Amino acid sequence: MIDNIFGIAGTALNAQLTRMNLTASNLANQNTTATTEGEAFKAKRTVFKALLSQRDTHPGAAHVGGVRVDKIVDVQTPNPRVYEPGSPHADKDGYVYMSNVNEVTEMVEMMAAARTYQNNVEVVNTAKALMMKTLEVTKA
Amino acid sequence: MKILDNAFGIHERALAVRNRRVELISQNIANADTPNYKARDIDFKKLIAGAEGVKIKATTDKHYEVAKLENEIDGLKFRIPFNASTDGNTVEMAVEQAQFGKATADYQATLMFLESRISGIRKALRGE
Repeated sequence: MIDNIFGIAGTALNAQLTRMNLTASNLANQNTTATTEGEAFKAKRTVFKALLSQRDTHPGAAHVGGVRVDKIVDVQTPNPRVYEPGSPHADKDGYVYMSNVNEVTEMVEMMAAARTYQNNVEVVNTAKALMMKTLEVTKA
Repeated sequence: MKILDNAFGIHERALAVRNRRVELISQNIANADTPNYKARDIDFKKLIAGAEGVKIKATTDKHYEVAKLENEIDGLKFRIPFNASTDGNTVEMAVEQAQFGKATADYQATLMFLESRISGIRKALRGE
């Protein structure tokens, strides 16, 4: 019963942590350069999916209703081409491809992930408090 | 223990429903960023009464058995969002947080009723 709530909030914590990890990775690779656009770093985003049936989880796991990371997709904005003849990645015209990471979007993404994470921590805390109270019913 | 079967009255069933509601709202909060997820809630009145959803009476055998309405699976209903978001998600965090607070308060209220029942029974058993 109540332990299901822990499972659900747990899946959400996991998913948001993956999202936060991707943001960290995106920010870390902001200045990664490459010679061709295909090789250049693309910002990554998570796509979440609700766990709506027992089939989505392991049999017997109490996570139905939780969330999981469905896939990780590349952001499709074009990589900027910058003139930087000194770079070892520069092509014959002296251009390199930068990553398409937008730090403002990443900051927003990070704050959103942190908020949702906090919400779920709050859910866990409340469920725990309720569980303790339920255990104390028999003491009345 | 026939006497004690019904000792807790409606509160026993209510606690289960309250628990289910906290669970559902935590589900909504967990899926706050899932595209196309639709927030759901319990129709408490319907569940506690054990009443079935809308049923269409079949007056001739040519009538099809009408499946339960899609938005009323086990007394669950979809929330109507104030501002629909573009990714099809209808979870609104402020609404969910408020409802979560209310749901936990309701749960504790039911717990208190149960507690007083239990202490009542204890008193009766001790004969003080």
